[in-house]
This record gives sequence, C-alpha cells and structure tokens, in this order.
Amino acid sequence: MDRFSVFSSRLVTKSENFTSGHRACQGCAEALAVRHVMKALGRDTIVAMSTGCMEIISSPLPLTAWKVPWIHNAFENSSAVISGCESGMKAMMRKGRIPQKKINFVAMGGDGATADIGIGPLSGALERGHDMVYICYDNEAYMNTGIQRSSSTPYGASTTTSPAGKVSIGQHTQKKNMPQIAVAHDIPYVATACPSFPFDLIEKVKRAAEMPGGAYVHILSVCPTGWRIQPEDAIKYGRLAIDSCVFPLYEVINGKYRISYTPYKKLTVAEYLKGQGRFRHLTDKDIEKIQAKVDSDYLKILKRCEEDA
Amino acid sequence: MAKPMEQIKWQELEVGSVVVEVGNAKEYETGTWRSEKPVVNKEQCIKCGVCWLFCPDGCIVKAPEGHFEADLTYCKGCGICAKECPVGCITMISEEE
Repeated sequence: MDRFSVFSSRLVTKSENFTSGHRACQGCAEALAVRHVMKALGRDTIVAMSTGCMEIISSPLPLTAWKVPWIHNAFENSSAVISGCESGMKAMMRKGRIPQKKINFVAMGGDGATADIGIGPLSGALERGHDMVYICYDNEAYMNTGIQRSSSTPYGASTTTSPAGKVSIGQHTQKKNMPQIAVAHDIPYVATACPSFPFDLIEKVKRAAEMPGGAYVHILSVCPTGWRIQPEDAIKYGRLAIDSCVFPLYEVINGKYRISYTPYKKLTVAEYLKGQGRFRHLTDKDIEKIQAKVDSDYLKILKRCEEDA
Repeated sequence: MAKPMEQIKWQELEVGSVVVEVGNAKEYETGTWRSEKPVVNKEQCIKCGVCWLFCPDGCIVKAPEGHFEADLTYCKGCGICAKECPVGCITMISEEE
C-alpha cells in the first residue's frame, strides 16, 4: 500500500466487469471485493468459481453478472478446473490455435470452499505450480445456506450450527489460518486483503496476477447478515478488523514477508467484537483470551516481516 | 435477452445451462428491494468518489456536473455511501417520503 503515492478513486479502472443487478444482500462486502478484484484483473480473465454466496447471487440461470468467461464448479473443484483451463490454453497457444496472450486464470471460492471442502484440490493446484490465482472470500461461515460454521469461523462466534448458550461459547475452535497454509506450499505470492482498503486490494490482486506460478489472495469480506451487523457498517467492521490486528494485512513475495498496513493506532479486540451480534454473548474473560491469541498471532507475523526486511 | 426473464421457457435455455450474453444481470432491477434511498447534497459534495469506490452494487455513477449519484434502478439502499462519505453529504431517506 505504501508504494502508492496518490490515493484517488479517479485512478481506479472505471469499467465494471462485475455488473450491477447481482443479488447480494444489502451491504455485502463480498460483492464489493469481487467488483474490485474484477477491476484489477481486467477483461482477459477466466474465472472458475466454487459454489457459495458469490456463485448464487451472480448467476441465477438466465442471467449473469459477469463480463468475463466464467464457469460454475462444485464446492471442491474450482482450483482443479482452473488448472485444466490453464494447461489447455497453454497447449492451444503452443500449437498456434489461439494467439499468444497473457490470460489471468482465476479460481474463486468462499471460506467453506477454500478451507473446508476444496483444500485438497487447492493444495494440488498450488503444488503443481499452475500460473493461476486463487482468491478466497472469507466471510467466516457458510453464509449462503444460513450461517453454518466453517473451519474459518473465529473462536467464540455464534452460528446456527455452533450456537452460543449456557454450555457453549459458540465456535470453540480457532480460525484456520489459510494464508499460512498457502505460504507453506512455497508459492510465489500470498497476500491478505480487505475491501475496506480497496487500493491495497487492487494492487495485491494485480501483483498476484502478474506473478508467474500460483498465487493465493485471502480477502476478508464482511457479511452483515451473518455477522449480525447493520448493512451500512460493513466497511467499518472491515476496517476495525484490520485496525485491531484480528486480520493483519500482509503479503509474502517469494517467501519474504512484508506487512502492507500498520494501524496508526492499534485498537483492542473488544472494539471489533462489540456491536457484532455473533459475539454479543462473550464475557470480558473470553475477550481477554481472544485478545491474547490475536496479539501473539500478530507478533508472529511482525517478527517474520522484521526478519525478512 | 430478447424477451423478459419471466417469459423464458426451460426449452429455450441453452444446452448445458450456458449463458451466452455477458453481464445481462443488469436486466434484474435490484432497486425494487430498497426501503431507503440515498440523496446527495450537490453543494456539499467534494467529488472525491469514495461512495463510488465503496458501493457493493456498483450503482453509483458520475453525474454530468461532476458529483456522484446513485442509480436508483440498482441501488439496494444499504447506506454504505452515506456512512463512508467524508463530508457527510449523502443522507438516507425513506422511500415513502
């Protein structure tokens, strides 16, 4: 983010490759993230998308919100399909059937498709080193089917399959750290982003597309419906997540860590958690526990960034 | 599409459920979902484009005079533009008024 000298919305691409008329809920930050991702990628893009919120809202059968070639996959195989597309197009270019051209091969999925169901094919695609980008829209539960927990749901969040009550705190396991799993594949580019920081997101997606080899971008997309917040607060909560270091923004280029945004004033986790309906049952003791975990995770990232600086 | 979505029969769909027309979701007017609409105070607007940048529906367009306005055909009335506007020139008013 610091490589930008000017922040102006005028410098952002005007053309929309993800059109209006999609059926996302009011204030869906995931739809906003897709909009910016498509701005960053441009028209020469092939998208394979797993089942999930974004698939059902953008393509109810006779209609599509996409202006690029787009294919719907089952939950698990978007990364496998895009690997095939990439290899096929590469072979066609080699044989001279289609002109040589830089095409962005992009697989997209929600957190369920990425962290739970599709982690096997994703791992395979990253390991084979296809020239592709995998983008995960992390709204921290299966929002499409009615807020069921996923392995990406944070500790303490109440969902319909991990309800909070007298005996349960809600989700009792920690959030799966997908970016770190992607880093462990030794791929050229891994980044975390959030649509509340659109310039940062656009820059990271562009870099991910430029990098030869596999790239993984993890985007925190606030879901007003599932997080039990007001639709107009969607951008605010994204910003709070980053300012409280719950979701640090960093990128890993060829194994070198770089923090892309340091909060001017680090907020406490309580400021992020309060106001969200899914966390409203948490006691001060629970919040302390979450704060300790967030601090230790953030320190780990900072330490790695310092080592690589 | 040649005819409205409601009139299309299943026999007329492409084989393999292929949609051949790009971006035709524009035919579905999500503006009908709205209960509140954003109204821009043109004098106060500094034309920064933050509302355009943060609109999840991409429904904010630049008016000929330079300020930004919501296209009410698609605006779902989430209120993000009103919340994020740095000068607070956008207010959400009820559709009934």
